[in-house]
Amino acid sequence: MRGFIALLSGALFGAGLHISGMTNTAKVRGFLDFAGAWDPTLAFVMGGAMLPMVFAWRLTRGRTPLTGGSYPAPPRSEITRPLIAGSILFGIGWGLVGLCPGPALASITYGGWQGVLFLVAMLAGMWAVPPLRLGLDRLMPTT
Amino acid sequence: MSIDWIWGLVGGVMIGTAAAVLLLGTGRIMGASGIVGGLIDGTGQDRSTTFAFLIGLIGMPALMTLGGWAADTHATSLPWLLIIGGLCVGIGTRFANGCTSGHGVCGMSRLSVRGFVATLAYIGAGAATVTLARVGLGL
Repeated sequence: MRGFIALLSGALFGAGLHISGMTNTAKVRGFLDFAGAWDPTLAFVMGGAMLPMVFAWRLTRGRTPLTGGSYPAPPRSEITRPLIAGSILFGIGWGLVGLCPGPALASITYGGWQGVLFLVAMLAGMWAVPPLRLGLDRLMPTT
Repeated sequence: MSIDWIWGLVGGVMIGTAAAVLLLGTGRIMGASGIVGGLIDGTGQDRSTTFAFLIGLIGMPALMTLGGWAADTHATSLPWLLIIGGLCVGIGTRFANGCTSGHGVCGMSRLSVRGFVATLAYIGAGAATVTLARVGLGL
């Protein structure tokens, strides 16, 4: 049951990214190009995506997930250095190529060698983070 | 103005519905970097659910393309740019604990302060990067 729900969710996510144009790096970079020929599509995607989720979060109150377990804890509120620095680094990569993790996966079957090279580099970066964190914690405690 | 924003809105509602299905069905947050990152660095649990999600995420656009609904990524063909971009996205999203789907869609919709701060930071950095790359390097 959990597997079926996850498969359905993934398929909807992939279809949504595909038809919204978010696997098209030109549209994503066009949204980020506020000083140029600005493309507002991404704002509609983000706004549209938040609508069902506002209701979903309300439905979680006082309940448990359909297949058991528990809902995520309330969001943390501390603004940490890794949150800021990580998001800025992500934004730089996002601006350079125009792909973020969801679309990079969704477009992997038709993105050519370019998509594969980006995804491999992205996964390598993710794989390197736990050891990088350990090293940084030693250099700069209390991050 | 083109009708692209309508496709954006429709696709966006589908993305939000996907996140709602995963949350209400399994209790998991639909953050792409968290889901795939947990698989890569071994910290993720519930691996069979993760695999099923990834099969849907990759399989559905593939099926749509086969069915005639083609899309193009129009990505750069400069290998160094793809490698640097991929590394920045991979390292950055894992340090920040989320990306456009986790901090953006799932975080901001529950009024998470961290979600708003992260989204402001990556859109700001992305906008600065695109502008500098276009003006300075012609990329």
